[in-house]
Amino acid sequence: MNSTVSAPGWQKSVFDVLREGDVKQIAYVPDAGHSYAIQAAIADPGIEDVVLTTEEEGVGVVSGAWLGGQRAVLLMQSSGVGNCVNMFSLLEMCKFPFLTLVTMRGEYAEFNPWQIPMGSTTQQALEIMGITVFRVDDPDQVGEVVSAAFDQAFLAGERVAVLLGQRLIGRKKWERK
Amino acid sequence: MNAHNSTIGTLAGERLDRREFVATLLDRAPEALVVTGLGSPSYDVFAAGERDRNFYLWGAMGAAVPTGLGLALARPDESVVVITGDGEQLMGIGALGSVAVKAPKNLTIVVLDNGHFGETGMQRSHSSLGADLAGIASSFGIARTERVRDIADVDHVAQIVTAREGTTFVQVFIEQTEPPRALPPRDGTAVKNKFRAALGLDTF
Repeated sequence: MNSTVSAPGWQKSVFDVLREGDVKQIAYVPDAGHSYAIQAAIADPGIEDVVLTTEEEGVGVVSGAWLGGQRAVLLMQSSGVGNCVNMFSLLEMCKFPFLTLVTMRGEYAEFNPWQIPMGSTTQQALEIMGITVFRVDDPDQVGEVVSAAFDQAFLAGERVAVLLGQRLIGRKKWERK
Repeated sequence: MNAHNSTIGTLAGERLDRREFVATLLDRAPEALVVTGLGSPSYDVFAAGERDRNFYLWGAMGAAVPTGLGLALARPDESVVVITGDGEQLMGIGALGSVAVKAPKNLTIVVLDNGHFGETGMQRSHSSLGADLAGIASSFGIARTERVRDIADVDHVAQIVTAREGTTFVQVFIEQTEPPRALPPRDGTAVKNKFRAALGLDTF
């Protein structure tokens, strides 16, 4: 857990919302911005961490968890939203409560142009599939926004995504020394 | 059962009647929670008799195993069975890797394999073009795989389901038939709510 010691506070606040909200399964395709939550889930005996080969699996996993009476959340990067599009019909057809936290790429100081086509359309892709989108760029507001989205998903039964702006994660270092 | 690889993925060997296999399995495992993959497996399960503990998919191709995984992790006290077809399983093939990592003891995956995409006109699938689904499941790390070519083995599969002693992938070689359609409810929200009510859960 050494690398989590230095994780930004906003990353910790994300996990705190999930744990305090009694989330029992965290399904994910990794991203640097989710690294604290992933490591904390692995370390927490009360939470099942479910590593996925593709994000669309996570739509099924969290739906299955809800069928069985548990709250579950899907963590992914913006490119993963594109992988999920048809699978989102499961959520709409069955009105599953759904919360996904999406770390953004392709929108701020992006070095890799291949991230831009999906990153620039992530919000639209979610919205056209019936998912309500929240967004946060201020590290001090992350806990509040994730908590608001959490309540809307699990208290109001809605389908909600929170976009965690690329500016939160900061510039990716491309040169290894 | 446990056939050698040389016969797998071909049309060789005995093939079962899908309806008979599914109906007998559910008769022997009446308490199991069932998730069905879209198309014929949903019809097979419904034809065996409506149960509140059935969750039918009519779309979201590839979702059957992931949904079963989340459910199995949430309810270790229940037997969970995914019943799907080779085409649906192939679209979500990576999910077998995710299942292998978590390995819930109460999850059984039953793939009704006719080697074809039945719903769209019986085009050949990878399973009859060389892919070995049980071998793939095994290679992903699912510790127990079974290949079923004899209806007498249905009791053994039911015993696996009810014992909850380890994740198991069961490849059932079925005939390439299209039995009369038996259409389960298409209102996903109603099916979800009924399923949860059977477990004593509120709508949300």
